Amino acid sequence: MHVTLEVWRQPGPDTAGRFVTYPVDDVSPDMSFLELFDVLNEQLIKAGDEPIAFDHDCREGICGSCSMMINGRAHGPERGTATCQLHMRKFSDGAHITVEPWRAAAFPVIKDLCVDRAAFDRIIEAGGYITAPTGGARDANEILVPKSAADAAMDAAACIGCGACVAACPNGAAQLFTSAKIQHLNLLPQGQPERWERVINMVDEMERWFGSCTNHGECEAACPKDISLDFIALMNRDYVKAQFKQRRLAGQRR
Amino acid sequence: MTDPLLEAKIPPGPIAGKWDEHKFAVKLVNPANRRKFKIVVVGSGLAGASAAATLGELGYEVTMITFHDSPRRAHSIAAQGGINAAKNYRNDGDSIYRLFYDTVKGGDYRSREANVYRLAQLSVNIIDQCVAQGVPFAREYGGLLDNRSFGGAQVSRTFYARGQTGQQLLLGAYQALMRQVHLGNVRLYPRTEMLDLVVHEGRAVGVVTRDLITGDVTSHAGHAVVLATGGYGNVFYLSTNAKNSNVTAIWRAHRRGALMANPCYTQIHPTCIPASDDFQSKLTLMSESLRNDGRIWVPQRPGDERPADQIPENDRDYFLERRYPAFGNLVPRDVASRAAKREVDAEHGVGPLRNGVYLDFSEPISRLGRDVIEERYGNLFQMYERITGEDPYVVPMRIYPAVHYTMGGLWVDYNLMSTIPGLYVLGEANFSDHGANRLGASALMQGLADGYYVLPATISDYLAPLLGTDPCPTDHQVFADAEAEVGERVRALLSAKGTHSVDHFHRELGKILWEDCGMERSEASLEKALAEIPALREEFHKNVRVLGDGESLNQSLEKAGRVADFLEFGELMCRDALHREESCGGHFRVEHQTEDGEALRDDEHFAYVAAWEYTGDDANPRLHREPLEFEAAHLAQRSYK
Amino acid sequence: MTRLDETLSTEDQREDADAADRLLRSTGPPVPPTKRAVPFPLQFWRSGIGKKWAMAVSGIVLLGYVFAHMVGNLKVFLGRHQINTYGAWLRTLGEPAFPRTVVLWGLRTAVIAAFFIHIVAAYQLTRMNRRARPVRYQSKRDYVAANYASRTMRWTGVIIGLFVIFHLMDLTWGTANPHFVRGDPYDNLFYSFDQVPVAVAYIVANIALGIHIFHGAWSMFQSLGWNNPRYNRWRRWFASAFAGVIIVGNVSMPLLITTGAVTR
Repeated sequence: MHVTLEVWRQPGPDTAGRFVTYPVDDVSPDMSFLELFDVLNEQLIKAGDEPIAFDHDCREGICGSCSMMINGRAHGPERGTATCQLHMRKFSDGAHITVEPWRAAAFPVIKDLCVDRAAFDRIIEAGGYITAPTGGARDANEILVPKSAADAAMDAAACIGCGACVAACPNGAAQLFTSAKIQHLNLLPQGQPERWERVINMVDEMERWFGSCTNHGECEAACPKDISLDFIALMNRDYVKAQFKQRRLAGQRR
Repeated sequence: MTDPLLEAKIPPGPIAGKWDEHKFAVKLVNPANRRKFKIVVVGSGLAGASAAATLGELGYEVTMITFHDSPRRAHSIAAQGGINAAKNYRNDGDSIYRLFYDTVKGGDYRSREANVYRLAQLSVNIIDQCVAQGVPFAREYGGLLDNRSFGGAQVSRTFYARGQTGQQLLLGAYQALMRQVHLGNVRLYPRTEMLDLVVHEGRAVGVVTRDLITGDVTSHAGHAVVLATGGYGNVFYLSTNAKNSNVTAIWRAHRRGALMANPCYTQIHPTCIPASDDFQSKLTLMSESLRNDGRIWVPQRPGDERPADQIPENDRDYFLERRYPAFGNLVPRDVASRAAKREVDAEHGVGPLRNGVYLDFSEPISRLGRDVIEERYGNLFQMYERITGEDPYVVPMRIYPAVHYTMGGLWVDYNLMSTIPGLYVLGEANFSDHGANRLGASALMQGLADGYYVLPATISDYLAPLLGTDPCPTDHQVFADAEAEVGERVRALLSAKGTHSVDHFHRELGKILWEDCGMERSEASLEKALAEIPALREEFHKNVRVLGDGESLNQSLEKAGRVADFLEFGELMCRDALHREESCGGHFRVEHQTEDGEALRDDEHFAYVAAWEYTGDDANPRLHREPLEFEAAHLAQRSYK
Repeated sequence: MTRLDETLSTEDQREDADAADRLLRSTGPPVPPTKRAVPFPLQFWRSGIGKKWAMAVSGIVLLGYVFAHMVGNLKVFLGRHQINTYGAWLRTLGEPAFPRTVVLWGLRTAVIAAFFIHIVAAYQLTRMNRRARPVRYQSKRDYVAANYASRTMRWTGVIIGLFVIFHLMDLTWGTANPHFVRGDPYDNLFYSFDQVPVAVAYIVANIALGIHIFHGAWSMFQSLGWNNPRYNRWRRWFASAFAGVIIVGNVSMPLLITTGAVTR
């Protein structure tokens, strides 16, 4: 196969970037999209050009490092697939592929295709946990968790924090990420004591960085873990409930 | 004959009481005094994140350093199958003693008995802790936790969260860590790579780091340093490890005086997707749990070109079930891997490059139904299809072994302290509790046991006498010298301006090691590798091409530093493999095998931990031995027949 | 309002930050909120989700209004007497418990308030979203799930807003309608729709309204958190049906009158 890549090159956070075109020959259909970049980088090094910086690590679709806007879609054309798991067999011979970094105010470009996604950590910091210091836990089977609740929590918890939802959202909103994290914990019995505080704190933190949801559904379509839009509805409901609730009587602050 | 350097500090008394005994014996730090101690934790995987979170909860002032953009990206996240715990929820005869015994036996009697017993004891608490944190383990309809059985075990003791157990456990630890970050007990430095350990007056006092975005070389000081930087499987270039996993942190600590134990023990995982071509950047592992239902076979006739569905039952060789009737497809990883290699070497391999064996689900699908199989392995099947373009519900999967886990690492005592006082090593980075071979679903268990329970309980013993002292200031000469050395190394890599990329050298190194120090090793192959690696290393420093500068994000530069350390480490690995004149677990010497090709241990001469001391760039490393004594689990030849 | 621009610096902004703190990027305790806490309803309004909730609730009021308005106006096809009686009834609604037009004004107030809330929230959310992505994508986006309706909400909204002003001037105040006779909606309607440009404006605006409702009537379920597998698949159906009914009902009047299919 032969493909033509048009890649966003930007030397640093404060410098201007531009698209640069690179033709790549001898592309095998079994190659992953990141392996295509490996090959291209080898070529660049040979030619004395600085290789393209891109985030990647596990290359198994679970660490959430890889982050490329491929032909206008977050993680490219294959549904439910991270960039690292996208293979060249999904492209036709002679394809023209444009690759751009995630774009959002909260995801500033570091270099080329690398962006800083620390804002996600801040959202988790604001309440994306269950307070359970080591050592105090009771026997694991003491609290029963209905299978359906555990499965639903797992559906939400599958989020890999890659930021594709933000990248794909026309509003630059992080509702899918935040709702997945909130609902993972809010659906479990262990998460109930902090439920209302959690949703308020995490949503407030999210809105300091990201846009708002207008229910386009682009996030769901881009999510490499197929996380459902339903979690956003559940988050909205929890947030509104929390606003109207007498939280002190629920054992929670304010 | 105990080496004075290798004082294991195993507590006295019967094995079941050692840990309680020890917890009582260690010195404690008063809660009000804990905030006066600074601890530097490097690495944010299961061991590092859980340790930093727990130390923060206890009240210590923790610095967390990770080269990832977020702690959640650490490679623990990729573990799929599950985590063992001796809960005996299945009522199938499991117990702490059985888990302990299985681990020692699975590790081919090359692990420290007391550590393993403690690991088995703590496994129970880990599950409780993780459930309390909200880890969504699989449940049964009644709401109780579900279990599955896992390679090498005859009981169902593995807890799992779909095929993403590592991810869920890491997220649990990461969330606990972020809570501590929020509370101000832990300071988090993402995209910051540790490039050297600083030792002052014989104690570990801090680390030198490079900010991966700005290139700034700075130091972090603490009363103690904790390394939880994972394994070195990437020394083989192609492995199932994440691309950025590396040996640098522990190798630098080794060069500063920490002993490296058993570096030759590498685990080859039997169920990986075979490489499809030369440009392959890494191998993808599929959970070993697939072996619970899948049946492994190859065509009877060498070079059989027929597609799998046209090969009748009679022409198939279910070689694991044939050779090991009791355990069948569930034999330990090393046994399964070597058996597969033997079949492929004997021309029975399948797939376009004839480099795999079949893992077939047609029988379980017809017995249990597609839905059950989908429920159990759905995401693995999806992953396989995405990578290979073949539908495993219809066509049998093709699998082949790949490097997956490294049992060796820095030597630590019962407290997890290395031979440098104040330097603690956790998780895969230490030489650990797995002996010569790790059982499935035990890595997650060990990382969390070390981080949540062992280190927080033992570190006070070292810190208590230091009360009232400040950590060595980072403007001290010893830090300045270390920073200068790091700066010099970085400059040297940038100024080589050679002709070949870093990956080129890494690939060459990987080829040497996989051929000569991989699944099977011989004296000749190891001698060959020992001759080739130094030459390659020299070539690397002369001829590597690292473009860009050191003042901004430069991924080639990061890689170059890591490969430079792999090139040094690889040599030690071969040296260790050469000296260990026996076969055990993940170390298989062709000279030492039984008549039917099984590993032949030599307990008389090699029942020890080989710990290597760095003596200089041009000098041979010095070997120290920690003898292993087995009081509870008696030495026996492994047999999975 | 959110203060995205102020908090985007990822460096530790505490005054007592020491050297080690300054090395921290986007970590450490979050930058303390610069906003003062305000009483409950305002606090809720401040959040994006609160505004979306307000948009959904006001949207329901407006949907109800649009539907009732359409049902009332369709009486034009039943003849002058029917629609003029209906118009008169609206003014006397609630009598004798309430004085004349009081209930009508009550309803009008609710609709005006809903309009106001809907528009202000939309405006503020749009600004928030713009700030969340100051640098747009430099290559062409390929939308997968976002449809024409969802991506044009703010434009269909603006069209509807402008149309409402024209509509009021045309048929309520009569300032844009030289033949306007107060209290005679039947004739007013025919005078208006006899002019082709006016009829076209009505048709275009009502199609925009239908498109707006197609997304809005679905989206409100999400914003309110009404999500249940039992009825989830009906949400789309409801939105499509509602939009369809409104388009058919409201477009039928100008279309049939201006083409002469229906005459006085």
